[in-house]
Amino acid sequence: MRKLWTKLIGLYTLLFLLPAKAMAAGGGGAETIVIVADTRRFKGWEAWWTDLYNESHLWFAVVTVVTIPIVGMIMGMTADFIMSRVGIDLKHRELAEH
Amino acid sequence: MDWLYVLMPISGVNIFWPGLIVLGVGVGIIGAFFGMGGAWMVTPGLNILGFPMAFAIGTDIAHMAGKSLISTLRHGKFGNVDYKLGIVMIIGTVLGFEVGAQMIMWLERIGRVDAVVRYLYLVLLFAIAWMMITDIRKRFKMDKLAKEKGGDVDKLARGLEWHKTVHKLKIPPMVHFVQAGITCSAWVPILISFATGWLAGILGIGGGLIRMPALLYFVGCPTHVAVGTDLFEVAISGLYGAGSYTYKGRTELVAAMIMLIGASVGAQVGAVATKYVKGYGIRVFFLIAVIGCAISIVFKLIAAANPSVRTLFNNSATVLILSLVAALSLYIFMLFLKGAKAEIAAKKARGK
Repeated sequence: MRKLWTKLIGLYTLLFLLPAKAMAAGGGGAETIVIVADTRRFKGWEAWWTDLYNESHLWFAVVTVVTIPIVGMIMGMTADFIMSRVGIDLKHRELAEH
Repeated sequence: MDWLYVLMPISGVNIFWPGLIVLGVGVGIIGAFFGMGGAWMVTPGLNILGFPMAFAIGTDIAHMAGKSLISTLRHGKFGNVDYKLGIVMIIGTVLGFEVGAQMIMWLERIGRVDAVVRYLYLVLLFAIAWMMITDIRKRFKMDKLAKEKGGDVDKLARGLEWHKTVHKLKIPPMVHFVQAGITCSAWVPILISFATGWLAGILGIGGGLIRMPALLYFVGCPTHVAVGTDLFEVAISGLYGAGSYTYKGRTELVAAMIMLIGASVGAQVGAVATKYVKGYGIRVFFLIAVIGCAISIVFKLIAAANPSVRTLFNNSATVLILSLVAALSLYIFMLFLKGAKAEIAAKKARGK
C-alpha cells in the first residue's frame, strides 16, 4: 500500500511536469473566449467559488485538480466499504480468457 | 420541481442533477468494465443535459479523472493493474500525443484537418473491430475443435497472438512486467504507446479506445490486466486534461462532483463485474462499443456532408450513443448482480 501511495504521489507530481497539451484527454482546444461567472446569483461557498474563477484561473485549476482525486478517493473508499459489507471478495479474481 | 435542478456556478446553466448521476453511473460501469475514459459517450450526454460544448468536454474530463482513479484502485486490488507497464507507456503516450498534436496543426495549415481526422477515426475503429472479430472467431474455433477432440484449450490462450511476433524485438533493456506476465524489450510498450498516443493526438481523443486493443494484441496483456492498466493511464491523462481545461476556464467542478457520486458506484460495479466475466466476454462487449462508436461517426459524416439531413443524423448519433451506454451498463449491472449473488451463496454454503 505504501508503494502504491509513493507511486501515486510521484505520478501526481509528474503531471505538472508534462508538456502542455500533451495529454489533454478528450481533445480539442478550448476556445479563447473570456467567460465571467455571475457572482451576484450566489451566496456562501458558491459565491467564493465563482469569485475564485473570476479572479484566478490558475488557483481555480489548482483547487479543481486537488479536489478531484481527494473526492474520488473518498467516494471510492466509501463504495469499497459498502461493497465489502455485502460479502463480495474484493481482493481475488481468477485470470481466464475463456 | 425546482429542487431537481442545480444552477451551475460557472456556466450559469440550470442542470437536471439526477441526469448527471445517471450518466455518471452508466459511464462509470462501462469505463471500469472496458478500461476506457469514455469521453465519446459522456460529452454528448452532457450536451443534451444543457451544457455548452466547451464546458461539456472540460467537465467530462474532470469527472473521468476521478472515476478512473476509483476504478484503478479497485482493479489494482484485484491485481489487474501493471503499474510498471503503465508508467513505461506514459513516456510513449506523452511523446506520441505531442507529435500528433503538431501534425494536426500542420494539417490545419494546409486546410485538410477535418477530412483527415474523421476518416482516420473511422478507418481505425473498423480496423479495431475487424481485429477483434478475427480474434474472437479464432478463439471460439479453437475451443470448438478442442471440445470435438475431447480436450480443453488453455484458459489463457488467445485467438490472435501478434504480440509474440512483436516480442521478437530484443533491444535492451529487457523488462519483466509482473502483473501482465510478460517479458519484453522496454521499447515495445514505449513504441506502441507512442503510436497510440500519436493517433490520440491526431484524433483529439483520450486514447482508451485505441490503447486497450493495443495492450491486448501488441503488448500481449491478459484482458483484465489490459483493462486495469489502461484505466491507470486514463486516470493520469484525465487529471492532466482536467488541469489543462480548468486553467482555460472550461470545467464545471460542481457537475463533475455530482457525476462522481454516480460514477463511484458505477466504477465499483463495472470493476467487480470483470471478476465474473472471462476475458473474451469483455472483448465481445468492447467490440460492441467500438461498432456503436463507428456507426455514430458514420452518422456524423453523413450529417456533415448533407446539410438537409444534418439535424436528423446528428441527433441519431447522440441517441445511438446514449442508448448504447444505457443498454451496455444495464447488461453489465445484471452480470454483476448475478455473479455477486452466486458468490455470496457459495460463501454461505461453504460456511454451513
